[in-house]
Amino acid sequence: MEVKTQRFRRASAQALADDSLQSAMGRAIGHFDQARQAAIEELTPELWERYRQRGQEIKSHTIENLDYYLGLLAWRVEGNGGTVHFATDTREATDIVLDLARTRGVKSVVKSKSMLSEEMDLNSALESQDIEPVETDLGEYIIQLAGETPFHIIAPAMHKSKEEVSELFFDKLRTPRLTEIEEMAAAARQALRQKFLDADMGVTGVNFAVAETGTIVIVTNEGNGRMCTSLPRIHVALMGMEKVVPALEDMAVMLRLLPRAATGQRITSYVTFVSGPRRRSDEDGPDEFHLVIMDNNRSKLLADPELREALNCIRCGACLNTCPVYQKVGGHAYGYVYPGPIGAVITPVMVGLPKAKDLPFASSLCGACREVCPIKINIPRMLLKLRGDLAEGGRGQRKVSWWERALVRAWAITVRSERSLAWTRGIASLLQRPFVSGGRMRRIPFPPFSRWTRNRDFPGLAPRSFHQQWEKELKDRPSPTPPPSVRKRE
Amino acid sequence: MAARQAECSRPAEPVGLAKATSPLLPLAELPNARLPTLKASLFVTCLVDQFFPEVGESVVTVLRRLGVEVDFPQGQTCCGQPAFNSGFRSQAKANAERFLDLFQDSEYVVTPSGSCASMLKVFYPELLHDAPALQERADDLSRRTYEFSQFLVHILGLTDVGAAYDGTVTYHASCHLLRELEVTKEPLLLIEEVKGARFVPLDGTNECCGFGGAFSVKYPEISAAILEDKLRNIEATGADALVACDSGCLMHIAGAMSRRGMKTRPLHLAQLLAREGNHGG
Ligand code: SF4
Repeated sequence: MEVKTQRFRRASAQALADDSLQSAMGRAIGHFDQARQAAIEELTPELWERYRQRGQEIKSHTIENLDYYLGLLAWRVEGNGGTVHFATDTREATDIVLDLARTRGVKSVVKSKSMLSEEMDLNSALESQDIEPVETDLGEYIIQLAGETPFHIIAPAMHKSKEEVSELFFDKLRTPRLTEIEEMAAAARQALRQKFLDADMGVTGVNFAVAETGTIVIVTNEGNGRMCTSLPRIHVALMGMEKVVPALEDMAVMLRLLPRAATGQRITSYVTFVSGPRRRSDEDGPDEFHLVIMDNNRSKLLADPELREALNCIRCGACLNTCPVYQKVGGHAYGYVYPGPIGAVITPVMVGLPKAKDLPFASSLCGACREVCPIKINIPRMLLKLRGDLAEGGRGQRKVSWWERALVRAWAITVRSERSLAWTRGIASLLQRPFVSGGRMRRIPFPPFSRWTRNRDFPGLAPRSFHQQWEKELKDRPSPTPPPSVRKRE
Repeated sequence: MAARQAECSRPAEPVGLAKATSPLLPLAELPNARLPTLKASLFVTCLVDQFFPEVGESVVTVLRRLGVEVDFPQGQTCCGQPAFNSGFRSQAKANAERFLDLFQDSEYVVTPSGSCASMLKVFYPELLHDAPALQERADDLSRRTYEFSQFLVHILGLTDVGAAYDGTVTYHASCHLLRELEVTKEPLLLIEEVKGARFVPLDGTNECCGFGGAFSVKYPEISAAILEDKLRNIEATGADALVACDSGCLMHIAGAMSRRGMKTRPLHLAQLLAREGNHGG
């Protein structure tokens, strides 16, 4: 996918100014967030905590031993009659898929949701070879028709209102102007049915890959995933190398965590386990099964002990839904496949830190993401680590502007001692004089304060600092006798 | 530390507080403390020092009223959080080292800020993890440091501090207080016992106000949009006072409240608790 992370500032400002986007987004995100909370209440928060704990253990153990489990997975998949391809980057992964398509005379491809294929920009690659890719997840289908990229990792068309979709279908599918969501889903289903039957290849994502049995697991709510894995003669599954889990048993934990965190469901409508191509005794299923395992800079995350935890992510989207920044700027502003808090961590590593320098700073560090993450990933710590690299990292990483450096330098000198603080205070109280009225400043004409006073008043310096007040009177003020209500407790 | 603790006859630190990040004990299990003479060093925070000295004064008033001996280590400035949050870790380290010296001999360090307390309690040990000698001292400081409401409830074992306020009060939970220190109900217990105060719950009380330090000037529009939701919820409570445990959040919220001429007044928890009887609203 084309990297637009450099445009974060402008894109987020545009999103904030877009009223219809704001209202569509507000509704949808609120819905997801409430559903998640209700699901946890129902399970009981205590049990949820234990599952989270276990989920974290499973993922951390797997990531620490990733080479072993990937080896095991590949061995088992091949044993089941499938073929495993390892791809270093998106180009290699794309070439693998195109090569398969070319050598097997594939004319059309049906796809179920895959964020990896977004990384690869697979649809354009297929189109360039005159192969028709059709997204079959309703949300993905909508954004494919609209020529957009996913807005959210589990709800790609979250930002589109019913009216917009109706207009889009009218335009692209030549349907009448539909008003009900059910009608639109039916229209899409009808358009897709023939595509499924005609397709030569099904491309799917992978939510988990079980090493022990060589099984890939796909969770969906529309059943389209299952059609993609069973109807076409070739099934290609795309997975990031962090998706592996050791044993089938681990799915008992993961399948409790993922749907609840993602959509507030106890379980999704469909959970598909695929272990290789059709066996002789099977009635249907593909003739060939290919598993593409892609790195695309994930090994950079793996190599860094402070960022490795990002590979524990199961892409549930809960951190997006709860993030006050994502809630306001939405998914497109982040400029790459993965938005929101976890995106602000992994995107800079995937596309290069300098290019995505605004993302780690686009957070108030409120920590809500960490609180809701089903794998307890400490996202704020990783944002701080990336900020550290941008401020003080090696060559090619440092990317903080000179004036910010200067500000921090000036601040450092100011707070070096009480004396220098008092001295700076003296200057500042002179400088603020023209702007203060009633103890506050409504407009300060120079940055960074001007950016504050655009929307908020800034307090004037207190007439006396606490230091001064302590010296003048507080130090020697006699201690009062405790009031009766307090004394009673003795 | 152990030797000194044995000398004075005050309750040993409650189990469970030994580690900075460990969750606090359920209140019921805490020893019902008397009012021992404790010594607390005030870390007033740079924001309070420069802009809101009345908050510091209130902390002193409340602590003294409860029989705590308060001192104010001179030379304190800023804990280094602005640098740390902006990625300038080596600068923050310099601040951390200064603080380790400044509060070397303090029995307790009390600070009226959830995020500055987090800096001392949680981030100093992380920041200094590659210098073992410093890290040990940071761990020690971390064990002795408490956010104001934490100190009242967990060290003094009090929720009624003899305060009175005539009016309706709502409460905003600051992010670091909530998620780094896991201080959730302490401030509410304290507010509950304020005579005359009528508590009105705030919708989305646990949601960020959009301050985030430098974030508020790096992304002023995003910050203001987040703040907007907070203001709407505050307005809906119709409360006379908005209470919080962090002057940063309060400065942010109050800045917008005054811009709009809202009549709810911002109050630091310490200011609320410092009020006794007929002070009015
Ligand atoms: S970081 Fe956690 S909350 Fe965010 S998408 Fe990944 S698993 Fe879900």
